Amino acid sequence: MFDSLRPDPSFYATPRLAMQAPAENFAYTLMLSPDGSQPDALAVVDVAPGSASHGRVVHKVVMPYRGDEFHHFGWNACSSMLSPLSGHPFTERRYLVIPGIRSSRIYIVDTKPHPTQAKIVKIIEPEELFRKTGYSRPHTTHCGPEGIYISTLGGGGVDGTDGPPGLFLMDCENFEILGRYEMDRGPQRMSYDFWWNIPQNYMVSSEWGLPPQFENGIVPEDLLANRYGHHLHFWDLRGRKHIQSIDIGANHQMALEVRPAHEPTKEYGFLGVVVDTTNLEGSIWTWYREGGQFHARKTAVIPPEPADAALLPDLLKPFGAVPPLVTDIDLSLDDRFLYVACWGTGELRQYDVSDPMAPRLAGSVHVGGIARRTPHPSGKSFAGGPQMLEISRDGKRVYFTNSLYSTWDTQFYGAALPGAQVMARVDEAGGFALDKDFFVGFDEGYSAHQIRLEGGDCSTDSYCFPSV
Amino acid sequence: MWGAWALVLALGCYHGLNPGMGWLLAVSNGMQARRAGAVFAAFAPIALGHFLAMAVVLLPFALLSFYLDRRPLISLAAGVLLLGFGVYKLLRRRHPRFLARVGPTHLLLWSFLMASAHGAGLMLLPVFLALCGPRFGAAPMMVLMRRGFGTAIAVSLVHTAAMLATGGLLAWLVYRYWGLGALRRAWFNLDLLWAACLLLSGSLALAEAL
Repeated sequence: MFDSLRPDPSFYATPRLAMQAPAENFAYTLMLSPDGSQPDALAVVDVAPGSASHGRVVHKVVMPYRGDEFHHFGWNACSSMLSPLSGHPFTERRYLVIPGIRSSRIYIVDTKPHPTQAKIVKIIEPEELFRKTGYSRPHTTHCGPEGIYISTLGGGGVDGTDGPPGLFLMDCENFEILGRYEMDRGPQRMSYDFWWNIPQNYMVSSEWGLPPQFENGIVPEDLLANRYGHHLHFWDLRGRKHIQSIDIGANHQMALEVRPAHEPTKEYGFLGVVVDTTNLEGSIWTWYREGGQFHARKTAVIPPEPADAALLPDLLKPFGAVPPLVTDIDLSLDDRFLYVACWGTGELRQYDVSDPMAPRLAGSVHVGGIARRTPHPSGKSFAGGPQMLEISRDGKRVYFTNSLYSTWDTQFYGAALPGAQVMARVDEAGGFALDKDFFVGFDEGYSAHQIRLEGGDCSTDSYCFPSV
Repeated sequence: MWGAWALVLALGCYHGLNPGMGWLLAVSNGMQARRAGAVFAAFAPIALGHFLAMAVVLLPFALLSFYLDRRPLISLAAGVLLLGFGVYKLLRRRHPRFLARVGPTHLLLWSFLMASAHGAGLMLLPVFLALCGPRFGAAPMMVLMRRGFGTAIAVSLVHTAAMLATGGLLAWLVYRYWGLGALRRAWFNLDLLWAACLLLSGSLALAEAL
């Protein structure tokens, strides 16, 4: 019953302190049953160097229901707990909050006393989420000033289109759903990812599409008519008010992951856009605040790769090319390298973003891909392409899995994707390469999605103090 | 009498040590602005907010100081109030969530709310009542009230000055010498101790009343 007397040792005041801290020994990876025939699960992967079970699943938490479709998840508490304004550093980083984006059910998993003993401690049924928030299909999870913030992809009603989706708040100690985040949502009508800069007191959110646009697969007519999301929304974080929208142009379809600079003095960040419908390019955008206003500019593009129509799924045959499909991006804690997953072409790119307005391609690895089908250096085949990324806090290892979303996997790759988690090692000077000995396989019939690392990673913690 | 003033100072130092009362925010301000001046600039609104949080609790009791013959009753009320709040903080050792909605540009409001929500002013109440007691003989009502007001302001000022000195020193040491790595070692959970102080303070008021 008594809280610890010291702050949780995995909370770091600055990004630099987080980089210098001991490296991760375990990775948590979500396993999903693409056809819903088996219950989804949380896998605990041993990533401790020198361990006898290095690179293997050492524990699994299997859910009691089927059909949840696990996607993203997060910790109950992180370094944001050291905030001098609203911190409570004696809360533990201990529980994983795992939403099912198809079922709208939320699981709370306790990772103590040891990751290999992780177990479910609470299940929040979908009806409770609907009743308390009017939202459905919970997605991105972050810990911040008011507790746990979770974005949703759907509003109310059976198909999730009754009212716009948004964010809701959850207590970070007893996991009660507290209600909607937005006091004033302005023109925001779609939702996907979000993050913030706590000392600068702003939040940014992005747009994918509404549930009928993704649940049964991508809707080509909607894509070609530019009806997926293409806005960035900026918010007064603590005021919970929408302050500005930026339309990046309707041809830039699906504005997904947002990655603000980790250093809290920096007022910029990056956005990954899946596809430009005029030329099939993927793109990286940099947003920044200047004169009190937010601006966004396209700072890198990735071209499609021509391919023999015979190698392409029906969806892409008319184009005779594979779009890169930028589905995830992740920024190292020193704000130096931005990793960009090109799930279509089977490439993971490393950009040096020391100058955030001019990303420079510093490295690239190929594995999988719709047309290339590059095998992993171990010789094993890698289904799908690089998708969900996670960078170790020290920036030396990049882990990734291969599945995007059950129905989309089938559309683009022809079949469900057997889960795989691999790792690339980063060169200090830039450049990186796949570790041929690291290839985590999962149980038959399971795909793999987001990865979280023990003690925090590069898309979990928000830092409240500058490194200087 | 001097003992009571020493207690006012000691409580000021104690509040100053608590990162929740402002020094950590001042460090953050300095680091964010990358200049030492910003550390101390932050203390102006923080100290004013803290002072107001003290005064807003003490002044109403100063108003009551002309009820000389009811002094035990006033002490009793203060004691009950403190014990109740102390027990509440003991049982519900979580930070009030509404505080998370105050932004970084509202330091005065933040400091006032933070001190109030944690009962920092209440903690001073018994020692304030003790200071009002022996010094005030029988005198006209207006004189008594003026003395009561004067004492309330003096207690708030002395307390805040001690809080400012302690917090300022700590902020400077962390900002200039120790660095944020010190947070890991030096940031202790004061919640239990804080609740204990409220209870102790309440007991003193009760003891005086009975």
